[in-house]
Amino acid sequence: MVQTSVRPAPASTANQVPFTARLASGLKAQAMQIVLVWLGIVVLFSVLSPEAFFDSNNFRNIAISVSILAVLGVGTTFIIVTGGIDLSMGSVLVFSGVVSSMSMGLVGDGQGWSSAVVGIGVALLSGLCWGLLNGFFVAKAKVPPMIVTLGTFGAALGLAQVLTGGIDRRAVPDVLVDTIGFGDVFGVPGLVIVAACVVVFGIVLLRRTRFGLHTSAVGSNAEGCRRVGINVERQLIKVYALAGLLAGLAGLLNLTFFRSTTIAGHSLTNLDVIAGVVIGGTSLFGGIGTVFGTVVGLLIPATLRNGFVILGVEPYWQQVVVGAFLILAVYADQVRRARAVRGGSRPRRFFRLFTHHRKDS
Amino acid sequence: MNTQPVYEARDIVRSYGSVQALQGASFDVRPGEVCSIIGDNGAGKSTLVRILAGVEQPDSGELRFDGEATVLSSPTDARRRGVETVFQDLALANHLDPIQNMYLGRERMKPGILGKLGFMERSAMRADGRQAFEDLGATVRNYTGPVGGMSGGQRQAIAVARAAAWAQNVIFLDEPTAALGVVQTRGVLDLIRRIRDRGIAVVLISHSMPHVLEVSDRVHVMRQGRRVAVYEAAQSSVEELVGAMTGALDGKEAA
Repeated sequence: MVQTSVRPAPASTANQVPFTARLASGLKAQAMQIVLVWLGIVVLFSVLSPEAFFDSNNFRNIAISVSILAVLGVGTTFIIVTGGIDLSMGSVLVFSGVVSSMSMGLVGDGQGWSSAVVGIGVALLSGLCWGLLNGFFVAKAKVPPMIVTLGTFGAALGLAQVLTGGIDRRAVPDVLVDTIGFGDVFGVPGLVIVAACVVVFGIVLLRRTRFGLHTSAVGSNAEGCRRVGINVERQLIKVYALAGLLAGLAGLLNLTFFRSTTIAGHSLTNLDVIAGVVIGGTSLFGGIGTVFGTVVGLLIPATLRNGFVILGVEPYWQQVVVGAFLILAVYADQVRRARAVRGGSRPRRFFRLFTHHRKDS
Repeated sequence: MNTQPVYEARDIVRSYGSVQALQGASFDVRPGEVCSIIGDNGAGKSTLVRILAGVEQPDSGELRFDGEATVLSSPTDARRRGVETVFQDLALANHLDPIQNMYLGRERMKPGILGKLGFMERSAMRADGRQAFEDLGATVRNYTGPVGGMSGGQRQAIAVARAAAWAQNVIFLDEPTAALGVVQTRGVLDLIRRIRDRGIAVVLISHSMPHVLEVSDRVHVMRQGRRVAVYEAAQSSVEELVGAMTGALDGKEAA
């Protein structure tokens, strides 16, 4: 930079935004609105069923049910922030679980830590390879992400079935089941700890690092990134590789928790994860999104499902309510984008009902 | 002015298939001067700028930088020589804030292991970036909001200031006032003068003759892939420029 590094600007004091203003802008962020919605749901169920719902064991169950989806959701958030999409993560999860289970069976008696370490390595490597494959076709071959990942969605599941003959494998070392699958630290399940670590990693990576900044920038304006010398193709490949790696990790978690490769159990996982990401405020058009929002976006369906079961409501209603949430979340995103196009002005809620939905920006 | 050109192009030829976009075009700009390139649509202005910015390579001809022949193989090459370009579509990342845009692709990393892990000097970039905008008199009203929510004039000012903050020698501005209102246009023209006052050569590509005459020192006129005339802006008029552009007048042939 030409002549700017000399003076440490008095700007640092002007940077201090008053707390109330920060609170107000925080509340406007969709991630925070979504937290309020989730808290509302929690309060509602707690009032309706104080004993069964508002119970630490029950929250533990909710957290466990979200863990594997959250690990997938972190990678998918990055992909959607680049303006892409991933449909393959459920199949990559299954494939990684299958090859991990098979390789663990080949090492020694398939029980000790040595086979566990091999299994972890194989699961992560398998996920990484699928991610690199997705990234290569998206970035280098310029095939639309939806088609690439639809292809690998089918291919990974098919290969998993070829390898197993369609029959679930159940060989998992007990050391893994006892630690990650069903172990806990101070009452916090191992699965939740791993997922929480991944989520914190994802939040820091997206918000604080150059990698995260470039991920948003590529989703915002890929051509502009090329002009300032960012290697857009490499960034995309890295993002898809990261998502694949996390799908591999999710495969391992899935294997240790269910003690099965659950080949038939993940055909709709991709839609659950994408719904969570979108409810959490990540724009399908790329550029913006938060990992934290994704976690809350995944918690809402899980909490609804849990609460409906406790209240004895038919669980099918959960799908109806989540569907409505999804559409509302995308509507909120549209309104926000249209507002950004209009130059930040915020028309009254009432008049907004009559404005046209603009598809530009 | 008789200083040596900081950046010079000689006899550039570039064709796309059977279309000859440039047929021996020349160009030169001196330090601390504003010079404009004008010409009708298809005269070759954009192609010339893309070549000078390193986006495209000429079929033949020579680029000279500080008097030395040089080859630019990419925009990064041009930037390394202190040449920045603001293209017509701005190329800002709409979801990022002005500071993030200013440092995009040139982030300052933390020292040591944290930097290796990808962590940036965010507060330093914020303070210095702000200072850079203020030094240029680019009035950015909101440093923390996404630029996509800002007015066209604001975005233009941010794009120009970003280029100016990094340009050490030459800055190309392709139609910087095209979509702006009167007040915003004035702001961008003032910004151009301030950049020039720092000793940086500003090259303005524009269709707006009054603005060109107001802000430029010299005006290069292009027609059919060649530079057909160079005028001192102070002694020229809109009629003369339009005449040279359309070929209705005999301009002074370029040296």
